[in-house]
Amino acid sequence: MQQRRTFLKSSLACSFVVMAVASGLLTPVRVLGHWNRAAFNATRLHSAMKSALGSDLTESSKRITIQAPEIAENGAMVPLIVSSSLENTEIISLFAVQNKTPLVAQFELGKDTQAYISTRIKMRKTSDLIAVVSAGGKKYSARKEIKVIMTGCQN
Amino acid sequence: MAKSSIKIRARVKNGVSSIKTLINHPMETGLRTDKSTGKKIPAHFIQNLKCELNGIVIMNVQWGLAVSQNPYLSFKYNGGIAGDILKLSWEDNTGLSDSVEARLI
Repeated sequence: MQQRRTFLKSSLACSFVVMAVASGLLTPVRVLGHWNRAAFNATRLHSAMKSALGSDLTESSKRITIQAPEIAENGAMVPLIVSSSLENTEIISLFAVQNKTPLVAQFELGKDTQAYISTRIKMRKTSDLIAVVSAGGKKYSARKEIKVIMTGCQN
Repeated sequence: MAKSSIKIRARVKNGVSSIKTLINHPMETGLRTDKSTGKKIPAHFIQNLKCELNGIVIMNVQWGLAVSQNPYLSFKYNGGIAGDILKLSWEDNTGLSDSVEARLI
């Protein structure tokens, strides 16, 4: 049976993969390892996507659906359901574009886990919510604007 | 025995397991200020969460500070039979962790 992903256990293995990817030898298949500090701390969407996914380039897809309120009264509790009908959906990543740090979460699915996530997030203000699906070595995305009445990020 | 921070409901029907969890956790962003002391409330949020079914990881999650307080997660798995053991575990940025096991019903 073909292995869909290789699990990397050490940072040494990670650096070999980085070198191989840079030289074009490997198609990057993102696997969640240690908590991705660089991605979660990135303050710009494109940096967050590059750190989280290896690239900020995605193909827009109607096969990713985002169910969320048009208007979220309370930005601290925005309910979302993201699902994908793309084959081999491996990772679902969520970005709230106007959050101070746009990367919200990454969900790595087991082989038989459905591409369906229901959760609640904080949004700082009205913005697009972007869902990126990593599937079969490629990245696809969909976005939905969510209007936020009361900010979810007090400071 | 200390009460777990994790509530989990795991049901299987027609070959699909539906797993819902609610975790008691502040998910503090680290951006808020305590109005009475003027000091920043330190960041305290779950970073890693994992769900295993009979020892195999079926969901591996990384969260940032933008996941809501007392986080809720619901997902589905194509498989599982009643009696299977589910284990949900999390670790936060301060090194705290918790886990709970439940049977699929």
